[in-house]
Amino acid sequence: MTGIIVRRLLGALPVLLLVSLITFGLLRLIPGDPSAVIGGPSATAEQLEQIRINLGLNEPLPMQLVHWYAGLFQGDLGRSLLLGQPVVKATFERLPVTLGLAFYALIITLIVGLLSGIIAALRQNTWIDQLSMMTAMLGISVPNFFLGLLGIIFFAVKLGWLPTGGYVPFSEDPWQWFRSVTMPAISLAMLQMGLLARITRSTMLEVLRQDYIRTARAKGLPGRQVVLKHALANALIPITTIIGIIVSLLISGSVVIEMLFSIPGIGQLLTQAVLNRDYPMVQGGLLLTTVFLVLVNIFVDILYAFLDPRVRYDSK
Amino acid sequence: MTASDASLDAPLDIAELEEELEIAEARQSPWRMTVVRLFRHRLFRWGLFLFGIIIIAGVLAPLLTDISPNKISMRAKFETPSLEHLFGTDNFGRSLWSRTLWGAQLSLIIGSSVVVLNAIFGTLLGAVSGYFRRLDNPLMRMNDALMAFPAILLAIAVTAVLGPSTINVILALSVVYIPRTARIVRSSVIVLRELEYVQAAIAAGAGHSRILLRHILPNALAPLIVQLSFLFAYAVLAEATLSFLGLGAVPPTPTWGNIMAEGRQYMVEAPWIISIPGVALMITVMGLNLLGDGLRDVLDPRLRIQQ
Repeated sequence: MTGIIVRRLLGALPVLLLVSLITFGLLRLIPGDPSAVIGGPSATAEQLEQIRINLGLNEPLPMQLVHWYAGLFQGDLGRSLLLGQPVVKATFERLPVTLGLAFYALIITLIVGLLSGIIAALRQNTWIDQLSMMTAMLGISVPNFFLGLLGIIFFAVKLGWLPTGGYVPFSEDPWQWFRSVTMPAISLAMLQMGLLARITRSTMLEVLRQDYIRTARAKGLPGRQVVLKHALANALIPITTIIGIIVSLLISGSVVIEMLFSIPGIGQLLTQAVLNRDYPMVQGGLLLTTVFLVLVNIFVDILYAFLDPRVRYDSK
Repeated sequence: MTASDASLDAPLDIAELEEELEIAEARQSPWRMTVVRLFRHRLFRWGLFLFGIIIIAGVLAPLLTDISPNKISMRAKFETPSLEHLFGTDNFGRSLWSRTLWGAQLSLIIGSSVVVLNAIFGTLLGAVSGYFRRLDNPLMRMNDALMAFPAILLAIAVTAVLGPSTINVILALSVVYIPRTARIVRSSVIVLRELEYVQAAIAAGAGHSRILLRHILPNALAPLIVQLSFLFAYAVLAEATLSFLGLGAVPPTPTWGNIMAEGRQYMVEAPWIISIPGVALMITVMGLNLLGDGLRDVLDPRLRIQQ
């Protein structure tokens, strides 16, 4: 097991190296003079020079690269032009907000997605199956921000059950936090719920056709035990591999959801940064979020190896 | 004795006729068989219907409306949908019928451009790295790195660098999705490369390009087509998200995301402004998802979801 963990961590190194290189290259891809884009049309020559010095753009490219990596290893990704605070600090301040929202959405996704997928598989070709698969199709087709807008109109404005937006930290008031993120979390989770329900259903159907399920039924085990112990346990293994994808989709989706509900998370931070041409913030935020996702995927891989002994034996 | 001779002196035998039909069907090209099977797929037909509405709306936009999507008419602000204003009007009195139709056209242009770029460069990258083992590792590491970024965040960062415009949105979405397409092509090429008929072609002295183009790629087409139909849906959705955030085509360009972003302020008094493009977006994405499901069931039965 330790071997697998070490190997997965080492295996992620080239990806992390390339991710940081791509993020570095991004700022250099700005057509023309980046300082002119940042400074705007009214900037004087001295102001432009100052911007170039601040961003290190006056140095030759190889030196810029050296500084970028030197900064990375010291946990220094520069300063946000808009907020004036270090990029790393700004990101870590907002990260818990996004993670809380994503975690809430993940829990809803897992409960609803797994349950409806399992029930649909067990009741294959009945109206329950068709209803849940139609709902799943709707879920993967509705844009999350449209769902959020409809939610605001009905549940916030018309019925007044939930706030129209805004955010209360969990540490301040857990109940108000819950109220403020429920609608965003549901809008955010809809796509992943649909995906998970579809995948769970097809995986369960596959497993239920296996010989050992027939054997289990033939030797007279109660149906519940066959489903839970034999079928579900084996169906869950391939399903764990998509949790990494689900988390990535949740983080992606939270960008627009945070803007819509004015939740001060990473998504809002990055969108504001992009709209205000705060390139160091865009760069740093993108890099840190991606590194976080790479780590999540490593964790999922290790979990997979832990759940499925075949993976452990194969990689020895 | 041929079948037609038999029918002259014997009474009609239904079973025999059916057998003949089946043979005739089997003689048709595999493509026609596939099309026949696709049209028998109920959900595929639904997908075709839904996406067909959007295609008609987008292609015929110049014929279906003669009002410019950006024509401001302050006297006709916030008109509810009626016979005069089919989809109502927005805060500037612009016709939402016209804006939604032109928005459909723009969504289709962006979606199909991303699909075409993916078909070309995704296939190229995937085929090269799947076929030439030396190139596989470096190309796929690069691919993994690009796929590690959350899709929308990378698209946002790329549009931030290039600046907001329709072409840049297409480029950004291609950067995001080409690695995913390449991965799918590569995995089929790796399997096909080892098959005996490919080995036979190598033994017969076929060159690399001939083997790839004539022997491997045609057989890697099925998963690629399935991927591209889902990709169309992702691209339309991602474009709408970007323009809703104000990072897509610059307003007043009538994209569905732009209409919804502008209508957001008035969503309580004038809910149709956000709902009409929202529903149009949903119809597009659902249509494409259903088409993708149908194509997968028929072309690539191993990956079947609807069983």
